[in-house]
Amino acid sequence: MSDLALSVANLSKSFNIDHQRNGAGSYRTLHDDLMSLPSRLIGRLGQNRRPTSETFWALKNISFDVRQGEVVGIIGANGAGKSTLLKILNRITEPTNGGADIYGRVGALLEVGTGFHPELTGRENVFLNGAILGMTRAEIKRKFDEIVAFAEIEKFLDTPVKRYSSGMYVRLAFAVAAHLEPEILLIDEVLAVGDTQFQKKSLQKMEEVAANDGRTVIFVSHSMPTVARLCPRVIWLRGGEIAADGPSDEVIQKYSNVVFVDQDRISWPDGFSNAGVHELKFTSVGLLDKSGRPTTHFDYSEPLNFELSYIVHDSLSFCRIGFLVHALDGTPVFEVYDVDEDVKDGRREPGSYIVRCEVPGDLLKPGRYSLSLNAGMPGVKNLVRLDGALQFSVEDAALPGAAMNLPRLGVIRPKTKWFRKTL
Amino acid sequence: MNLRELWSYRDLLWILVERNIKVIYKQTALGMAWVALQPLIAATILAVIAGRVAKLPSDGVPHLLFIFCGLTIWNYFSQTAQRSSTSLVNNSQLVSKVYFPRMLIPLSHTFSTLVDFAVTLVMVFIFMAIYHVPPTFHLLAIPGFLFLTAITSTGVALWFSALSVKYRDCNYALPLLLQVWMWASAIIYPTSMIDSPRWRLLSALNPVVGFVEGFRWCVIGRSALNSTMFWITVAMSIFTLLTGAFFFRRVERRFADII
Repeated sequence: MSDLALSVANLSKSFNIDHQRNGAGSYRTLHDDLMSLPSRLIGRLGQNRRPTSETFWALKNISFDVRQGEVVGIIGANGAGKSTLLKILNRITEPTNGGADIYGRVGALLEVGTGFHPELTGRENVFLNGAILGMTRAEIKRKFDEIVAFAEIEKFLDTPVKRYSSGMYVRLAFAVAAHLEPEILLIDEVLAVGDTQFQKKSLQKMEEVAANDGRTVIFVSHSMPTVARLCPRVIWLRGGEIAADGPSDEVIQKYSNVVFVDQDRISWPDGFSNAGVHELKFTSVGLLDKSGRPTTHFDYSEPLNFELSYIVHDSLSFCRIGFLVHALDGTPVFEVYDVDEDVKDGRREPGSYIVRCEVPGDLLKPGRYSLSLNAGMPGVKNLVRLDGALQFSVEDAALPGAAMNLPRLGVIRPKTKWFRKTL
Repeated sequence: MNLRELWSYRDLLWILVERNIKVIYKQTALGMAWVALQPLIAATILAVIAGRVAKLPSDGVPHLLFIFCGLTIWNYFSQTAQRSSTSLVNNSQLVSKVYFPRMLIPLSHTFSTLVDFAVTLVMVFIFMAIYHVPPTFHLLAIPGFLFLTAITSTGVALWFSALSVKYRDCNYALPLLLQVWMWASAIIYPTSMIDSPRWRLLSALNPVVGFVEGFRWCVIGRSALNSTMFWITVAMSIFTLLTGAFFFRRVERRFADII
């Protein structure tokens, strides 16, 4: 057993989704804990306490071993638990049950630019970020020139990074992360960032790192060709469980039979839902333009259409189904549910349904967004949750004020009416 | 306690310390002058109140020197506690996205605040020259008292930084607590004012009293600090650090999920 790099045994991770306080920043205050203490004590005695939070299993009983020098790909739809698994292997978060034994120094290419300080210069941030990612000062010094050259920011080394363009920022951040040399390397492909050219360069760099000198690599990716090329072995995660683990061609073949991922549509012939949920399953989600054509690029002034197909197996009540839209930096933009307008009481009878949600044009700021899906009975049960199912962009053609089009503050860019009189 | 792991991350600790120092007075016109100005103005106000208004004793030295000594130690203590107590939350991005020993974040402030301490210490020496206080060998004990102050404030910082991950109330509670703590710490009055020896011993349960009196013993040469009080102070310092570290270790595993 001495050639093991990783040994994961019965690993599970659950999150509590708190329903009393929705939305971001819902941390508890001491007051909340003190005030709810009596009811928690009584609730523990009484039988009929109402659940205020539900448990969501991001990972359930995962077990696998990775030998030293193995390159393993991890695939699966968004929300299947890939990121959570990487976070646990990287010791950022603790598993709820089970554990992972790790033999060697772990380095991760999971997040780019964490720990960059806006007031510090590019040079200072390379050292700061490198150290945060686990490099020693001597190591960073040795690779400094290589990092800077890769990021193409030689001229701005002594400028505070708050004056950097977002492209420069991301390039520098990726360059630091990509020069880590741990024994076990965790890579998340969403890391490929920046403009198209740099994206290509960073993907290439990742492949180079992954293919290198007998290092152990765990590679999370959505790109089947890349996984097939780099990884002899692939693990497929579905709904927090291992759906398949084996030679890459076999696993990818199985995966392609079950999920069809396109840029503008995901389909699940067998239905998709959280582990253990059978009442409701999603079968397809897609993005359509105003005339019903599939697209991922919307004009600023045009309405956006989200289309969702689902099957109800058991009748449900008080159930809402809807969409969440986030900007790519993670800022929530809005959250809408069909109970807002369509099925007001949330009653669901068995059957297959297709629902389309139209979001008005002249509203979203040009940029990239991700679409998440959510279905559940608020306060009772979470049925389906899929974060970042699809991505789309709003293009700035026909944007008002284009003649003086400096970047504007804010999350949205509504079209406004102006009234002026000469006095 | 995983000391070996902490040690292996010493480069990161040092870089975090550097970052704290570089960042704190960036984009201010006066820059590091603030480090000197803050205690100087505070000490002047307190000296007027203690000397002219309240007519408190000051162990036979001018009020300004007496109070400045107290503030030198107190500021180090409270700044370390205050800056590091919010440090985890301020660095939540780091905590939830990268792994490294979390203790490094609050710990880095214990070291970076030493810069402020060094500046005020130089000012203490200037005051000694101005008021013709002769230096003695007692001065050599300053690092010892500084060390005790550092481990105690680190203990407080570990408690509050870990608590504030779950309870943001700490951001409001700690400044209040520190205000009360300051008035209880023999900064504008000497412990020699307290007549009953039993009450003096009791006041040593607040370790800051020991640091302040100890520091004044180093500078002025006399103080009400006796050996019993000193050992109580040492015990309380170690107690604060150990409980803080223990509590921090216990809850740090869940930081990334709840921050």
